[in-house]
Amino acid sequence: MKRMTRRSSAALATGAAFALLLAACSDSDDGGGSSDSPAASGDIDCAPFEEYGDLSGTTVTVYTSIVAPESEQQTDSYIPFEECTGAEISYEGSREFEAQLPVRLSAGTPPDIAYIPQPGFLRSLVADFPGKVIAAPQPVIDNATEFFSEEWVGYGSVDGTLYATPLGANVKSFVWYSPQQFEDNSWEVPTTWDELMTLTQDIADSGAIPWCAGIESGPATGWPATDWLEDVVLRTAGPEVYDQWVDHTIPFNDPQIVEALGAVGDILRNPDYVNGGLGDVSSIATAPWNEAGNGIPAGTCSLMRAANFYQANWPEDVTVSEDPQENGVYAFYLPAVSADDKPILGAGEFVTAFSDRPEVAAFQAYLSSPEWANEKAKVTGQGWFSANSGLDPSLLQSPIDVMAFELLTDPEYTFRFDGSDLMPAAVGAGSFWTQMTDWIATGQSDEETLTNIENSWPSS
Amino acid sequence: MTIPTGKLVDVPPEDSVGVGNRRLTRVEKRAIAAKGKLSSPWASGIAILIAILWTVPTFGLFITSFRPQSEIQSSGWWTILANPGLTLDNYEEVLFGSSTNFATYFVNSIVVTLPAVVIPISLALLAAYAFAWIDFKGRNILFVAVFALQVIPIQVTLIPLLTSYVQWGLSGSFWTIWLSHSIFALPLAIFLLHNFMKEIPASLVEAARVDGAGHVKIFFRVLLPLLAPAIASFAIFQFLWVWNDLLVALTFAGGSTNVAPLTVRIAELSGTRGSSWYLLSAGAFISIIVPLVVFLALQRYFVRGLLAGSVKG
Repeated sequence: MKRMTRRSSAALATGAAFALLLAACSDSDDGGGSSDSPAASGDIDCAPFEEYGDLSGTTVTVYTSIVAPESEQQTDSYIPFEECTGAEISYEGSREFEAQLPVRLSAGTPPDIAYIPQPGFLRSLVADFPGKVIAAPQPVIDNATEFFSEEWVGYGSVDGTLYATPLGANVKSFVWYSPQQFEDNSWEVPTTWDELMTLTQDIADSGAIPWCAGIESGPATGWPATDWLEDVVLRTAGPEVYDQWVDHTIPFNDPQIVEALGAVGDILRNPDYVNGGLGDVSSIATAPWNEAGNGIPAGTCSLMRAANFYQANWPEDVTVSEDPQENGVYAFYLPAVSADDKPILGAGEFVTAFSDRPEVAAFQAYLSSPEWANEKAKVTGQGWFSANSGLDPSLLQSPIDVMAFELLTDPEYTFRFDGSDLMPAAVGAGSFWTQMTDWIATGQSDEETLTNIENSWPSS
Repeated sequence: MTIPTGKLVDVPPEDSVGVGNRRLTRVEKRAIAAKGKLSSPWASGIAILIAILWTVPTFGLFITSFRPQSEIQSSGWWTILANPGLTLDNYEEVLFGSSTNFATYFVNSIVVTLPAVVIPISLALLAAYAFAWIDFKGRNILFVAVFALQVIPIQVTLIPLLTSYVQWGLSGSFWTIWLSHSIFALPLAIFLLHNFMKEIPASLVEAARVDGAGHVKIFFRVLLPLLAPAIASFAIFQFLWVWNDLLVALTFAGGSTNVAPLTVRIAELSGTRGSSWYLLSAGAFISIIVPLVVFLALQRYFVRGLLAGSVKG
């Protein structure tokens, strides 16, 4: 018995020594915060930053779904803020953002600021983690009301309280085409839906396949098809019906939506119209969305509906320009039923704070200001713009971005946020994707597709 | 299937062997019979076929990693002869294309993996020794309890563990990953090493005890040298698991470049909207190198040690 005791105390001592060793090591690890911000460039005007005060020695952690290489443009755009206020921004991007953010909130280690890409996700975070999402402070509210349209402010609000301000934006109502091909065949860019369908028929009559499309996107396969339906609902049923449809005040399989899906099917499920260079109708389901457009510069198809951010997916030798040229592509606005009717579908990220420290509030205000939007435009090559009306379009470096920004800030156009980002995740990131894929791949009927989605809508 | 008679000629006749050697002879006979069966041309052919089928995807990945972006996106690797052209651009982009040097992630992976292998093995060796050779009350119940922990899926532990780490002020350091991997590895490690230790003849331990050796001396001088294959096999096992792990690293270390390992970087390699997926094959091969070297260097322990620990009798 005595021997046992001595041995267990020896074991205890070993354990204690081990613990000490661990503690000693951990100290050296924690201090290694890297500050690799480049040297101060002299031409930064610090005047707009004076209102934020001196924030030296503070750190703001940012957690987003934006990863390299796009993340570099993000961190570059924070440099003036860091230089002028002394605060350090610690950026962290992850493709698992949507799964990891709730984990961090539950565990009590939330980031200071997160960029949330779906207003529906923001709403569920506010509901599921009461008190964790911090309402926007006054300077942020001021910026939001001054520089963003009412719709955008609405998407960042939950029950009338502004939580999040828009960061980047994108416009999805575009049809990519080859200006050279249009010129060679003397085709006109259509301005109404009927003209679009006539053009489609003309191309088909000439023996070519007009459209190409792809909706494969790994686990998110189907999302480009949901955008198609949303865009067409906005056109055939109008923005009011669209809002009711997204809010579920009308059922998902409302006759007006069935009609819209029928209009989508007139293009996407017509074997004479798709799928240029890729195969038959069902090949849409297996074509990667970010390669589907390669048929346009190659000449195997003429039209592809995709967002402004598709421009990052063109091969390197393709030029995005309105002027007709070899290997040139450009996009036109997906026309509505009449030329006066101008709905526009888009999306964006929202800056949400989980801390009310002064440096966090200051950074949030910076991100909602035109200073940031202009700085971001300066450091970004292409494929980015903001809904911030203070953004100087001459700083945008791609003609598509300029056009998208102009559409977005033009009061004639009615903006609506991507509906699948507003719907509950079970639908917007679930049945809507899978059912649209079935609709393409198996030829499932319009009614059955929409009814299946309606049945999957969460009951609460 | 018939055994080729030529193989059996070497076997000495049964009656010429002494009684003491009978067991050896049976084993020998079985070994030769097995060799005869396995080395039939059919079996060899099938084995080679399986090996080729098994290697083709990896080989394709390898070829792909050297092809230029436009080729990767427009045609399959098997068209390499029709579309020649190899480049190191993908590797260059993966290694140097990001704002954070790839080497940082590589070093992080090593810093994560080594303690995450050493800690559970050290603890499991001590625990396994106690379970195998120290008689104490409730030993069996405790052992079953430890063993039963294996059935707990690690996913259910993620949030409670992370919450605890946050309370202890450990979040954002390597400790969260080291401790988590140790926790997840211990039940299996203890079980395997315990079974291995139990196989060592009791007389050996008793003899050492008669000679005056205490537990510490028995552990270090008698058991440890015999356990080397088991330790090596479990070390490889744990090394591969930790090196390839994404879930634990993502949850506990996040993507912060200070502690994030290679897998986190590779998971993000394809970009925000997946447009640079052509880099993935190059990234995969960079990540494969270390485990491949470790596995090839220690592979003979891998099979031997695992079998020894898990199959009794």
